Amino acid sequence: MSLDAAMVRRIASLSRIRIEDAEVPRLQAELSAILGWIEQLNEVDVHGVEPLAGASAVALRARADVITDGGIAEQVLANAPDRVGEFFTVPKVVE
Amino acid sequence: MSYTIEGSTGTWEIVVGLEVHAQVISNSKLFSGAATAFGAAPNSQVSFVDAAFPGMLPVINQECVAQAVRTGLGLNARINLWSRFDRKNYFYADLPAGYQISQFAHPIIGTGEIEIELADGSTRTIGVTRLHLEQDAGKSLHDQDPSRSFIDLNRAGVALMEIVSEPDIRTPEEAGAYLRKLRTILRYLGTCDGNMEEGSMRADVNVSVRHAGEEFRTRCEVKNVNSIRFVMQAIEAEAKRQVELWESGGEVRQETRLYDPGRGETRSMRSKEDAHDYRYFPDPDLPPLIIEQAWVEELRAGLPELPDAKRARLMRQYGLPAYDAGVLVAEQAIADFYETVAAGRDGRLAGNWVTGDLFAALNRTGKDIATSPVSAQALGGLLDLMADGTINGRIAKEVFEAMVETGGAAADIVEAKGLRQVTDTGAIDEAVAQVLAAHADKLAEYRAGKDKLFGFFVGQVMKAMAGKGNPALVNETLKKHLG
Repeated sequence: MSLDAAMVRRIASLSRIRIEDAEVPRLQAELSAILGWIEQLNEVDVHGVEPLAGASAVALRARADVITDGGIAEQVLANAPDRVGEFFTVPKVVE
Repeated sequence: MSYTIEGSTGTWEIVVGLEVHAQVISNSKLFSGAATAFGAAPNSQVSFVDAAFPGMLPVINQECVAQAVRTGLGLNARINLWSRFDRKNYFYADLPAGYQISQFAHPIIGTGEIEIELADGSTRTIGVTRLHLEQDAGKSLHDQDPSRSFIDLNRAGVALMEIVSEPDIRTPEEAGAYLRKLRTILRYLGTCDGNMEEGSMRADVNVSVRHAGEEFRTRCEVKNVNSIRFVMQAIEAEAKRQVELWESGGEVRQETRLYDPGRGETRSMRSKEDAHDYRYFPDPDLPPLIIEQAWVEELRAGLPELPDAKRARLMRQYGLPAYDAGVLVAEQAIADFYETVAAGRDGRLAGNWVTGDLFAALNRTGKDIATSPVSAQALGGLLDLMADGTINGRIAKEVFEAMVETGGAAADIVEAKGLRQVTDTGAIDEAVAQVLAAHADKLAEYRAGKDKLFGFFVGQVMKAMAGKGNPALVNETLKKHLG
């Protein structure tokens, strides 16, 4: 499967990665190559094999419903580029 | 009750499915140990996990899983002992990780159902497709600054249950009944407080229209509607828009819309147009969630009596009509109040007093059942005075009003105001004789065959006795004198 230039731009946009027009052909080739490799994997016969999302066989470990964290607003906000009081701020996003 | 829209090309019916986001009641968040309480100082309930600092690992909260299972049991739903968390990828300022941990392919709860009651007394069963656990996002404040949005992550990572209905709903009334019933069930279970004003229960409404017998047509999703009334209004407005669009030769496009209650219309959320590509994939930080059937049974054994079961029992145990029983079980506290009043007394009479005089008094005084000026024990005391003949029904209303006003006990008010019912036949004889003497003209009419005047005489005698006459004795004595 090969990707067209519009799809490359869409993937970049969904990932919020800015790409220049000049980069599109190179990325198109790279991403198409990756998909080609996945296609090769699709040729493996996995009939009767349970889908596996992770390599470890362990089940999820759980914790008790106890408050053990929080109260660290200063640390959480420490890297915020434009904090106001106890808030993060971002350029206005309104519907 | 059927609900259709008459268009120029015929009759349209509406098809609605609801996605409800219900905030799980828990002390700490779904994947972190930060607190969940509403209204805390900004960013004071945020851990590094919630703020998506690099290298932080989520660890699931067992109680949140238990709450989802309890809710599934309350919806008579299939409990999936194996479920999995996925990442739902999108960019928004209040979603620090750039993805929401959710359950896409393998939710913890499968199909279930909710029975709803409608105003005409009929019931319908609405299918529940699934319930899954996911993280809430943070909160954006847009009105604090002209050029910036403020972000508070306290809510980020709080556990939500997304409860998805089948597209079984056909009227705005059914949508309202479904939400009210779901909220009642969640409150009984103690898994969500159902408070729509604080945002702990929110609804996304999927609406399409079709001619009867057709396949489903394209639907639109009206996002984040925050009251039951607005959900019902949004359905009407969106269905009308779609009918007009189809009939004018247009086509409904699948899209996300917002309901504007001020204008009574929905409008497109253009920013979401590209957002449906969420690129879900299994969260590599989280192995599958595996629970034991024995634990599910343990949770089942701990469930409270649920609204449907309680309504059936109230009807059976106290002889209540279905409607009254339905009203009483809408809130657990009301049902408890009622049962305290009804215990060892006339259940139907107790039901009439609670749903009638008490509700009216609560309404008038702006109180709720928890702050009722008349306690269940006090109302029971009033019913006892009627049952043993101390006061009659009419005086009871007067005593009740005094109880609302003063908070006093019924017996004390009856004594202090001298409202004890008169059963002394001598006194009643005297009052009857006085009334008949004072209304000789009416007496003549009655004797000439105007039977309806009997009620007039009863009224006059009761008036003469300041309402305190025993109604049965008054009737009997009057009949004797008139006969």
